[in-house]
Amino acid sequence: MTRSASPGLLVAIAALALGLVVAFTVGRFPITTVDLFDVLWSRAVGRASSASPAAENVILLVRGPRVVAALLVGAALAVAGTAFQGLFRNPLVSPDILGASAGAALGAVLGIFFSLGVIGIESLAFIGGLLAVVAVYVIGSLLQSRDPILVLVLTGVVIGSLLGAGVGLVKYLADPYNQLPAMTFWLLGSLAATTASDLLPLLGPVAVGSAVLIALRWRMNVMSLPEEEARALGLATGPLRIAIVAAATLVTSASVATSGIIAWVGLVVPHLARALVGPDFPRLLPTSAILGGSYLLFIDTVARTAAPIEIPLGILTAVIGTPFFIWLLARMQRTWS
Amino acid sequence: MTLAGQNLTIGYSDRVVGRNLNVALQEGEVLALLGPNGGGKTTLLKTLMGLLRPLAGEALIDGRSLVVTSARERARRIAYVPQTHVATFAFTVESVVLMGRTAHGNLFTRPSTRDHVVVAGALDRFGIAHLKERPYTMISGGERQLVLLARALAQEPRFIVLDEPTASLDFGNQGKVMREIRALAASGHGVLFTTHDPNHALRAADRAYLLRDGECLAEGRVADILNREQLEALYRAPVEKLTDMTAGASAFLPG
Repeated sequence: MTRSASPGLLVAIAALALGLVVAFTVGRFPITTVDLFDVLWSRAVGRASSASPAAENVILLVRGPRVVAALLVGAALAVAGTAFQGLFRNPLVSPDILGASAGAALGAVLGIFFSLGVIGIESLAFIGGLLAVVAVYVIGSLLQSRDPILVLVLTGVVIGSLLGAGVGLVKYLADPYNQLPAMTFWLLGSLAATTASDLLPLLGPVAVGSAVLIALRWRMNVMSLPEEEARALGLATGPLRIAIVAAATLVTSASVATSGIIAWVGLVVPHLARALVGPDFPRLLPTSAILGGSYLLFIDTVARTAAPIEIPLGILTAVIGTPFFIWLLARMQRTWS
Repeated sequence: MTLAGQNLTIGYSDRVVGRNLNVALQEGEVLALLGPNGGGKTTLLKTLMGLLRPLAGEALIDGRSLVVTSARERARRIAYVPQTHVATFAFTVESVVLMGRTAHGNLFTRPSTRDHVVVAGALDRFGIAHLKERPYTMISGGERQLVLLARALAQEPRFIVLDEPTASLDFGNQGKVMREIRALAASGHGVLFTTHDPNHALRAADRAYLLRDGECLAEGRVADILNREQLEALYRAPVEKLTDMTAGASAFLPG
């Protein structure tokens, strides 16, 4: 049975197209829309562009990787947030609820503390995120309970704050002139240093994790029901929960390792997507991914153009996210549609 | 096909709820589970559905232990209608009923044309096809109960287990759910339901199973065991029996 694309999805795609054009054209080196399409089209068909080499450089080497990274990170956080909100049956859950961000943060500040290179820092952040979630999952499963979901979330909160204390300790011990600013900058999130070589380690995990979640999209509807109902409908909820948590953690850790901590995207975007297309995962996941990518692209464009210096992404998402979320709360008091 | 519990000890790892329970349900038959709060009704229900492992004894579907039956196979034989609850997400009525088809696909398949046909049939049967685009959170309690019944039917099970299907429904909807339970049995399903109202058992069930403090007090045809003495023993409270002199039907009132 085929269905036509929903209006909500079209809205998301329009937002994406607009975000892309704005992100490429706006900045310290303004680029006309004509140049943008000329460069991209020439690259696609393999002929020389009539735009200036400087414009071509800015589009392909400077803004290109950053735009792709913003899209991937935004989409990854939104998809992971959507999956976790469904799995934990709680619309206030974000992708870092199981400690992925806290683990990544500790990994990254340790990397900076031991003066590792960029690759070392990103790898430690990625591994830290994965390890934190594995630890939360193992501890949460060992604590026998009739409500495994609740125990898992609470374990995540507890372990997350322990890791936060670890981050505090490393910052306290760090060299205040060289290392501490780097740590602070990392923890606030930024895509300013993104180059083409960062994209592959980001794309791999995000693609694998998202593919798993999209493959399971019909079952995720059922997984958002109470545990016993989902089992009575024929799902082996234990293994499925592990698969969903693993996939969401993979995409979250890979994005946090690239961009640093960017809060709010994984919390706010799933709500926006549900308001557009409803809670049905087969529609919700792609809409959420596109909206998340567009949202972070927009934020990142503001981050690099609004002020003479780069504004950290984490600060912008909070400034935009908080009033938006309060508005959402006021609008949707009756139901979390 | 038979759904049965043999010498069941039921409960949780830290607490035994009931012992020496023997239950059997045939296709086409309605069994009502009656008893006071905390007597073990829900625990017995979950054990018979295979959602809870028995501490001793066996829960069997057609002679095969539910413990060794996969979730998917189980769901194609036994459907569960939980007490209506407030849903977290506003799925449409159609999406909710479509979830009943989960066990008929594999892990990754999208719903087939046949799945949509079965869902449409289930919605029609309960007269709620006009609600299919509505959010499940925005319909009345009675309608929600019908949606959950439609979802159970979409599973194409042999047995349907309902946990207090009439709780929180208005008088008219209670009657409607009773009639639907009779109709499910007439179409060959075995139906097991719990209730706090002996009159609902009298109306809709063939047999009743009286459970108090984890023990079976009595079991048999409703006409034989649902009388004043049994109910007073079951609830430890006075009970009055009313009889309609013309129709011969009777009902119980808590005294």
